[in-house]
Amino acid sequence: MSTSILPVVSARRKRTDKAGRTMLGAATIVALIPLVLVLWYVIKRGISAISWHFISTDPTGNFLGDPGGIKSAFLGTIEMVLVATLISVPLGVGVALYLTEYGKNSAFARAVRYFVDVMTGVPSIVFGLFIYIVLILSGFGGSGYAGWKGSVALALLMLPIITRASEVVLLLVPDSLREAALALGAPRWRVVFRVVLPTALSGLITGILLAVARAAGETAPLLFTAAVVNGTSFNLNDKMNSLPVQIFTDVGQAQDRLVARAWGAALTLVLLVLVLTLIARLVARRSRVA
Amino acid sequence: MTTQPTTEQSTATTEQAGRFAHSTVTEATGRHVAVQDLNAYYGDQQAVKSFNIEYEPNKVTAMIGPSGSGKSTMVRCINRMHEEIPGARVTGKITIDGEDLYASSVDVTAVRHAAGMVFQKPNPFPTMSIYDNVAAGPRLTGMKGGSLKERVEKSLRAAALWDEVKDRLAQPGIGLSGGQQQRLCIARTLAVEPEVILMDEPCSALDPIATLRIEELIDELKQRYTIVIVTHNMQQAARVADSTAFMLDGELIEVGPTERMFTKPNDERTEQYVSGKFG
Amino acid sequence: MESATVSARGDRPILGRSPLSRLPDQILKWGLTAIAALILFLIGFFFVRLYIEAHPAFARFGVFGFTFDNNWDVAKNVYGALPLVVGTLVTSAVALLIGVPVAIAAALYVTELCPRGLKGPLTILLDLLAAVPSVVYGLWGVLVLVPRLKPIEQWFTDTFSFVPFIGGAHVAGPNYFIGGLILAIMILPIVSAITREVMATVPPDHKEAALALGATRWEMIRMAILPYSRAGITGAAMLGLGRAIGETIAVTLVVGNAPNIGKHLFDQGYTLAAVIANEFGEAASNPVHRAALIAAGLVLFVLTLVVNAIARFFVIRGQRGRRDIGNVAVTG
Repeated sequence: MSTSILPVVSARRKRTDKAGRTMLGAATIVALIPLVLVLWYVIKRGISAISWHFISTDPTGNFLGDPGGIKSAFLGTIEMVLVATLISVPLGVGVALYLTEYGKNSAFARAVRYFVDVMTGVPSIVFGLFIYIVLILSGFGGSGYAGWKGSVALALLMLPIITRASEVVLLLVPDSLREAALALGAPRWRVVFRVVLPTALSGLITGILLAVARAAGETAPLLFTAAVVNGTSFNLNDKMNSLPVQIFTDVGQAQDRLVARAWGAALTLVLLVLVLTLIARLVARRSRVA
Repeated sequence: MTTQPTTEQSTATTEQAGRFAHSTVTEATGRHVAVQDLNAYYGDQQAVKSFNIEYEPNKVTAMIGPSGSGKSTMVRCINRMHEEIPGARVTGKITIDGEDLYASSVDVTAVRHAAGMVFQKPNPFPTMSIYDNVAAGPRLTGMKGGSLKERVEKSLRAAALWDEVKDRLAQPGIGLSGGQQQRLCIARTLAVEPEVILMDEPCSALDPIATLRIEELIDELKQRYTIVIVTHNMQQAARVADSTAFMLDGELIEVGPTERMFTKPNDERTEQYVSGKFG
Repeated sequence: MESATVSARGDRPILGRSPLSRLPDQILKWGLTAIAALILFLIGFFFVRLYIEAHPAFARFGVFGFTFDNNWDVAKNVYGALPLVVGTLVTSAVALLIGVPVAIAAALYVTELCPRGLKGPLTILLDLLAAVPSVVYGLWGVLVLVPRLKPIEQWFTDTFSFVPFIGGAHVAGPNYFIGGLILAIMILPIVSAITREVMATVPPDHKEAALALGATRWEMIRMAILPYSRAGITGAAMLGLGRAIGETIAVTLVVGNAPNIGKHLFDQGYTLAAVIANEFGEAASNPVHRAALIAAGLVLFVLTLVVNAIARFFVIRGQRGRRDIGNVAVTG
């Protein structure tokens, strides 16, 4: 029987509180363990595969003997992602501009927003299938696999990501800025290109870089558009190799050296993606808009 | 809270019985709250400076002062809510009937049981019914069944809300009007049977009629509790409070019987404030 | 800069601009509108083309036959996708069961419990889980996780052999469980990020009300945060589900790619997305096979559309419903 004013807090409640809080902390650690493990293994097993030979040689396609390196894969990824970016950025930012500057809350704009959202949920392999049907089966632009067709598939993937991120950033540009420019007599298009876009620029770049990082890591859309090939090519009309596809094909092989190359390629890919993500974050921090 | 201890409750857990075990169960069960040399900080910024005050049992004390004077902060130190803010710090001592709330052996949740708080904006739990809102506090300490129902009814009666809601206890708490929601929050606070009731501008979100009903309620409640009320409305302080304390820039400028504070205050700054010259 | 100033210049109208100077504006406006309309057109086009190409399979096996027949036999050119559908559902269910609680718990920790200095780094780390390409998860999964977990899985299934579906299996290397596990890891960042956003919208009022009643931190979480966030968390989980259903590469590397309905959690299986990735190469020359794979893609597409629509409904409800609660009637 307590003589204190303050009630006694039951031991059971204290225990539950402590247990609950510990569990939450433990879950956070559990959530991060895979990240640590994956990075650890990729670094450990990948770093021994990386060498000048590795970077500068194409995969030879030989199962015995020298498997070659990842040159065509690396260059292919860069080429295709670059082209995909060139396609998706104007379109993606364009849709976002439409939504923030013109469409706003009209029924049409709301429909567009909804469908952009829908696009973010589409599995990347479905994009690949779609491009396969439209660009390869139909024989459009030559009936073979081609690097540029892979780029189009990647661009489809990047488009909704860029649009969504851009819309958020563009909405953050204060209306007062737009109004001030318009009040000075500037035509709409000038306001967009000289005021709105420059203000939102770092935010836009962040969104674009994150989309690029995502596209660089995608395998499925490329499997039946740019296909699997060994040689380096700078001609986008040819089949083109890429890092993710290279890794995917190597993993299934029984030869140790091919598997080792897969780890090396994985390390390269992860580094590429991490660098892009890091730059994106740094750019975001220097953003002028919120 | 008059004739209470039943055999059912005297065999309950220490938490539930504790209060009844030592209460002499007469009308004046209010507690004496003493604040000694209290300093409160938000990071480096000091919001309350060397505060000393005593809150008499069964009296209502109003804390008045301009915005930013530290009234809310001060009161939130009494139920140790201030320290929930990241970077917030408190030094000093606050006692209820002599017991230091800031002693190192004290569990902060026990302090909050003892010092109940009613907030500025009515905040019933949105996902809970009226019944569940009031029952939330006692359920924490394991109360269930028949004694829980009694406690809920008792609290709702004490908050002058029972007649209006007794037929719709299962309905969501947020379906009530503003004034009713605030009385629901008062019932919720009363349900844990605190020693002291703290009110942080409880009527500022309500219309005049609702305000009046709550002020009447405060008048009833002071018979059983010690009440501290923060208010920026001086007419309210005049209507409701036995004593009034005037704060400025985190310091206690003056405290005294309400009538004197408003008609013949000792300090010039008090006089300026109550006559509307600033704030 | 062209201006509508009122300065007197002989050759220009005082107010307003010449029609020619309005042209860039019009081009911009209609150009952007056209691009926006493209999006609407694109989705419709998707659907139509997919259906057209998938049609031969539906014509041959019937829509329901294709989707629900348990017979995916490439050799015999017979395609019933039930094993794939089941595999997709099983791996996704495992992903949800494992991933969602961990994601919610991590979100709670980061928003409510962790020391201020840790909040930023932890958030970045949790988000970094999403940056790892799925092929790398697959690589790690098949080369590290599968061999390492096999003894543990075998022990588990032996110890709980009385439990149906889980017990008494012979653990194949890659299996449903590992597929689900990898998916759980991959959906964790998105479920956690959205849950964090949802929890950040819990009004501090309610948290304070709970604490002021004398609740412990854990009790406050259960009283004020979780009930409030229910709709939003459901939405987050469904978004995770959508992601899990559509994930291809990581899963195909660790699920075993066996076109049958496994009787145990630790049997090999197959998913809709995995079958497309795996068999497309050889299917290119076989129109029936190809149509079947595209049909599988169509089923996958429709599934993700439905799941994401439901998810969006919940997430919006989690946000909108709360805005109404803030409006307190001020009479009485």
